[in-house]
Amino acid sequence: MTKIGLEIHCQLTNLESKLFCSCKANYRGFEPNANICPVCIGLPGSLPRLNKKAVEKATMIAMSLNCNTPDKLAFFRKNYFYPDLPKNFQITQLNVYGEHSIGQNGTILVDDKEIRIRRIQLEEDPGRLIYEGISEKTQITLVDYNRAGTPLVEIVTEPDFENERQVRLFLNILSDLLDNLDVSNPSLEGAMRADGNISIEGGNKVEIKNVNSFHDLEKALHFEITRQESLISRDIPIEQETRHWDDKRKITVSARIKEGEEDYRYFLEGDIPWITIDSQTLNKLKADMPESISSKKERYITKQIPAQVAEVLSSDKFCSDLFELAHNESNAIVIANLITTDLMGLVDTDEKREKSKLTHQHLTDLANSIETKEITRTSAKTALQECVATGLPVSEIISTLDLGHISDESELNKIIDEIFIQEPNTVEQTKTNPETINYLIGKVMEKTKGKADPTLTLNIINKKLS
Amino acid sequence: MNLGISALRYVEEVKNGSFTIEEFISKTVEQIKKHDGKLHAYLSFDDHVIEQARNLDRKIANKEKIGSCFGMPISIKDNICVKGGKTTCASKMLENFVAPYDATVVLKLKSEDVIIIGKTNLDEFAMGISTEFSAYGTSHNPWNTDYVPGGSSGGSAVSVSAFECIASLGSDTGGSVRNPASFCSVVGFKPTYGLISRYGLISYANSIEQIGPLTRTVEDTAFFLNIISGFDPNDDTTIDNKNEDYLSNIDAGVEGKKIGIIKEMVGQGTDKEVVSATNNAIKKFEELGAKIEEISLDMIDYSVASYYTITSTEAGSNLARYDNLRYGYDFPLEGYEFNSYISKARKNFGPEVTRRMILGGFVPSAGYAGKYFLKALKVKKKLTDEINEAFKKIDFLIAPTVPVLPFKIGEKIDDPVALFLLDFNTVIANLTGKPAISVPFEISNGLPIGIQLIANSMQDKPLLQAAYALQNTVKLPEVPI
Repeated sequence: MTKIGLEIHCQLTNLESKLFCSCKANYRGFEPNANICPVCIGLPGSLPRLNKKAVEKATMIAMSLNCNTPDKLAFFRKNYFYPDLPKNFQITQLNVYGEHSIGQNGTILVDDKEIRIRRIQLEEDPGRLIYEGISEKTQITLVDYNRAGTPLVEIVTEPDFENERQVRLFLNILSDLLDNLDVSNPSLEGAMRADGNISIEGGNKVEIKNVNSFHDLEKALHFEITRQESLISRDIPIEQETRHWDDKRKITVSARIKEGEEDYRYFLEGDIPWITIDSQTLNKLKADMPESISSKKERYITKQIPAQVAEVLSSDKFCSDLFELAHNESNAIVIANLITTDLMGLVDTDEKREKSKLTHQHLTDLANSIETKEITRTSAKTALQECVATGLPVSEIISTLDLGHISDESELNKIIDEIFIQEPNTVEQTKTNPETINYLIGKVMEKTKGKADPTLTLNIINKKLS
Repeated sequence: MNLGISALRYVEEVKNGSFTIEEFISKTVEQIKKHDGKLHAYLSFDDHVIEQARNLDRKIANKEKIGSCFGMPISIKDNICVKGGKTTCASKMLENFVAPYDATVVLKLKSEDVIIIGKTNLDEFAMGISTEFSAYGTSHNPWNTDYVPGGSSGGSAVSVSAFECIASLGSDTGGSVRNPASFCSVVGFKPTYGLISRYGLISYANSIEQIGPLTRTVEDTAFFLNIISGFDPNDDTTIDNKNEDYLSNIDAGVEGKKIGIIKEMVGQGTDKEVVSATNNAIKKFEELGAKIEEISLDMIDYSVASYYTITSTEAGSNLARYDNLRYGYDFPLEGYEFNSYISKARKNFGPEVTRRMILGGFVPSAGYAGKYFLKALKVKKKLTDEINEAFKKIDFLIAPTVPVLPFKIGEKIDDPVALFLLDFNTVIANLTGKPAISVPFEISNGLPIGIQLIANSMQDKPLLQAAYALQNTVKLPEVPI
């Protein structure tokens, strides 16, 4: 049986400041080494001062993953030398001397399978190394410390995944969950990274590192399963090792250095006193937590929204936030449909979402116009596009684009008569095949740019045919 | 004009107009020019002190408000960051490090208008008790220049003792303020852990060390503690002391107080002159109405071993950043793989730092942590429990600050373990986080002896009251320079 476990690193990008200083947590967009201070570059004499908000947000993640959250938290030093690590140690958490990390022993349901979370810890992200030069000989390494000290939450799962599909589903659920908690924007480059370890029946555990995106992780896992299966089938033993994902060649390669032998000399970080999270703080955090995705979904279903639509809507924070503000008891279904069938396609990237001028008021107004039959469902889509692009009021868009509903019977009569003349064959066919009526309705819509009242149109056509 | 006056007296005299700040600073600079070539208390100087003094004099003349230190000349140990000047830790590794910020204590002092004359010598990264491990040469004891001044804050103690400033800030990890204070006959104070911000103090063993003042009198220590103590948002380990006034009621006395003499600290290995001085101090306390009882701490025999295990572990981590990538000395990177570069670059650490870094790499390592580091932490915990228990019954502990008289330069440098053992009386306050003070008490054959008092956590004020009472029972000769 294939067993896969994950180690996910997730930056708390939505925090204002880094884990131990007041530099920006979201370092993106700065010139190299412009988002730094004595603390995050570890200048002699500087001391870390813990960002309490990071502890709170990480605790919220732990609670969302149904983890135990200890009442006393501690930080430890992990000592090793690396050029991107300003102090040559990383401040992180450890459970060796008791459970003092942000959270442990959680579970999450993925496609009806329970995935166990072993541990969640809070730590600082190192800086970034940038390699320049063409060949290995001319290569130089540049260090950018803008990222150093960014709050990072590490989530370690038990090896409960059986295939890469479950991994993908889990990562999707996790990234929606983090987005919903408003702690991180998982779509930012490098905001979420995952390493995996994998073993198949009859083989040893292999760790895969150096994977930069979830998409690559899936590919790396797939490659590894295939590689390991082919070794087993030829009776070649699978060694326990660490392999790096080679992004260019899309394969995993054995890491040259045995990392298992590294000794990190962990010990308590004396500069950060123990943190006590009493039940009062915990209750307050619970109360402050945004509604969970599953709870939202259930609530949407009680509004008669179909389960599938409710699922899509609740998993997307941007859309569900709009929905919450736009809907009332009578228009909930219309608005949910507008969002999931039309809006999501229009704003399918972060960039488009940022540029979008749509407000919840637009959605409310559009739903009203549909209900009062001022415009058709088809016209509503056109109007929605305009709302996103211009942000003008719905009423103005309807009149400027002349989207008003044609429900005037004489006008429709005239149009339908014209179509009957143009399409004698189709009219004839309706006698043997009633489905053909849809083609005629389509023609009417084409001519009216979707503005014709569909019910009225059908009635008139039926009347004329009979 | 007497350069040897206390800080409080200085403030009075400037207020009275006995002398101007410029006059005092100029004379201090002259004193340094005359003596520091031999004593070597200082590693670097601020070239603008006369200008600063003139500005303050002008403010006084214009009846403008100035800070409570009135331009008093002070020195700062060179492991505490002062913005814009070099902070070397007496190490080649930080030869050219210019701190871009002030330590919190320095900011607080500056806002009270001190004049920082210069940065003082120490054992490299504060590891040592003689300043002989400074990469820039040893300091000399003004009482006898053939002798060490103690350490690691040796330069600070010398500068105060030889009238090269009025007071100094040092740091105390295992006695580094109290030891040189004792050897140079000045007051040296280590507060309760967390009472003074460490922000800007270059870490050696951060879980137990504190910044502390070295002064001429106990009142001066209280005066400086009022300025530099208290909560600091830049140091999560600081304590809010509610703006305690350590100077008020300093003359409260010790009548009815219970003082415990630590049996193990006046026994074997203690010089007879030191034992005799301690007994004299106990007599003085009895005369002042205190009750004396002997106490014993079971864990004390393990304290030095525990201390060196913990401090080496922390040092191994705290000093790991000196890889010469961001600051350091001139050393080309070209042609090295990172790990071989690191070991090569770190060759510039001196012998004592190297010794402790090697120890610090070993004692917490996988397979050995249980045998050494974790055991050391257990000793620390048990010792703390024991001393807390003792403080339920008594108010203060008394012991000699150092078990021996000052020794000659070069005498013990080749025997690191002998040097380690001289910390026996001082490390206990660091391991348990308690406040402790060394008070000048006797001069034996021209060499100073200090008496140490230790109190329970946050009992810094009563501790200063007891130290003041002891100080006032003696009249010591002037330093022979």
